[in-house]
Amino acid sequence: MLSTEELRRLCELARIDLPADGGAALQHDLDRVLGWVAQLAEADTEGVTPLTHPGDPTLRLREDRVTEPDEHEAFQRTAPAVEDGLYLVPKVIE
Amino acid sequence: MHALSVAELSVALRERRVSSEELTRLFLSRIARLNGRLNALVTVDEERALASARAADRRLARREAGPLTGIPIAHKDLFCARGWRTTCGSRMLADFVAPYDAHIVERLEAAGTVHVGKANMDEFAMGSSNENSYFGPVRNPWDAARVPGGSSGGSAAAVAARLVPAATGSDTGGSIRQPAALTGICGIKPTYGAVSRYGMVAYASSLDQAGVFAHSAEDLALLLTAMAGFDPRDATSVERAPEDYGRALNAPIAGLRIGVPRQYLGDGVSPDVARAVRGALDTLTGLGARVVEVSLPNQRLAVPAYYVIAPAEASSNLSRFDGVRYGHRAEGAADLASLYRRSRSEGLGPEVQRRILIGTYVLSHGYYDAYYRQAQKVRRLVADDFARAFEQCDVIAGPTTPTVAFPIGRPGTDPVQMYLEDLFTIPVNLAGLPGVSIPCGAGEAGLPVGLQLIGRAWDEAKLLGVAHAYQQSTDWHRRAPPEEP
Repeated sequence: MLSTEELRRLCELARIDLPADGGAALQHDLDRVLGWVAQLAEADTEGVTPLTHPGDPTLRLREDRVTEPDEHEAFQRTAPAVEDGLYLVPKVIE
Repeated sequence: MHALSVAELSVALRERRVSSEELTRLFLSRIARLNGRLNALVTVDEERALASARAADRRLARREAGPLTGIPIAHKDLFCARGWRTTCGSRMLADFVAPYDAHIVERLEAAGTVHVGKANMDEFAMGSSNENSYFGPVRNPWDAARVPGGSSGGSAAAVAARLVPAATGSDTGGSIRQPAALTGICGIKPTYGAVSRYGMVAYASSLDQAGVFAHSAEDLALLLTAMAGFDPRDATSVERAPEDYGRALNAPIAGLRIGVPRQYLGDGVSPDVARAVRGALDTLTGLGARVVEVSLPNQRLAVPAYYVIAPAEASSNLSRFDGVRYGHRAEGAADLASLYRRSRSEGLGPEVQRRILIGTYVLSHGYYDAYYRQAQKVRRLVADDFARAFEQCDVIAGPTTPTVAFPIGRPGTDPVQMYLEDLFTIPVNLAGLPGVSIPCGAGEAGLPVGLQLIGRAWDEAKLLGVAHAYQQSTDWHRRAPPEEP
């Protein structure tokens, strides 16, 4: 069972607000899912190598050169708040 | 004309029996008439569609046309298309206008297709019913009170209702094959790495794969040939020579060994679906194929493994939505931490938040080995099951879904019950294999049933050949939902 304290901590890590109702329904749903996936422990996986990607690919290396044009402005047009080419956020340093 | 397949429309265009502009106007008028009820498309751009139709007509007139030149299509709304809204079915991206094109948007545009709009979907591709969209549920054209499946439910409904002859989709745990089955059309999820994910909004990167919906195996082959291919901008794109996915369409299937997992026609499947699938196997046997029983003993654990791995990857991928660079931003946040929290809480729907929290949990200190690593080990067992089964057969067949389309707002739905909708499709994503769903019969209330064909990695052409052979001797793929006057 997920404790209220654990739920609060999870929400903090995931940068999600705890629901206004205190999260009882959310806690119930998460418990349901986590309790259900816990059956994975039944599988005998002694000596099995984890599979991270199908086909076990190795990451490709590429030549170290600039391939992208500067599209700074186009990309910043999608930002909610920009000034002088900088993203605006609430003040972080007093 | 609207009932024709892409291949048939392509011939009509090249024989100048119809122009792309006429065809595009025809489908736009169907959209205007039917989309209000279905809610399949969330963006339609008539002007842009007609402009590209006229460009296609010029190519046709100059005899520079390929097989897809002038064919109208829609894109699932997680593929970025420059200048179009890309919402991912989320409030978070409701106003996001993509500054660039996804690889497959570029490829299909280069092939001459006419993009008419963007299709509704479960938010961030998380769902199996298309009820999780910020823009409202999509309705199944066969019965408006039922779901079309998800997450690519808008694409599937649009093709099934002939609002477009084909549409793109993405499939992380069944999001192409399951809605294809529930709406009576064809859909393919290619091998992991076959189609570039560049410009496709990420959900679970080790599972996500782009694919396509249409009315026949032949159409899927035409579209996939245009979409697939190496792209250095996707780190998991596999470098291989270009393929003609239609090369085996007419290969005889005599002697083909079809593996039917004993787990696939057992208890978890409703009798109407099992009956239709057995009928399809009989048809294939009649064409000379041989059915062999195979076993996939670890399938039972595939869905729980998926619901550890996919949320874990989602919790990381979706951390980019922070209200700073793009997407929804909460008003009046006093500090940076509350800007993040409030923007995410307002912008992301309940199922997305649930999966992010599950992912955060299974990756957190103390639980990582028990959940995440264990799930990845089970993933290996699931993939090894397929490898062993393919020692005895050439393709695997079974139902795509356990039931026909279920009602919208099914009461008492708990998240796990919804997750089990993807029982037969999820293992294929875990193993990275190609899978096709084709209509193969009618179940309860005359609703469509899908046959899933699974192949070894890179065996798409063979799967499409089997599907094509089936479609040459049956007409389930030609059946259309009833249309209101």
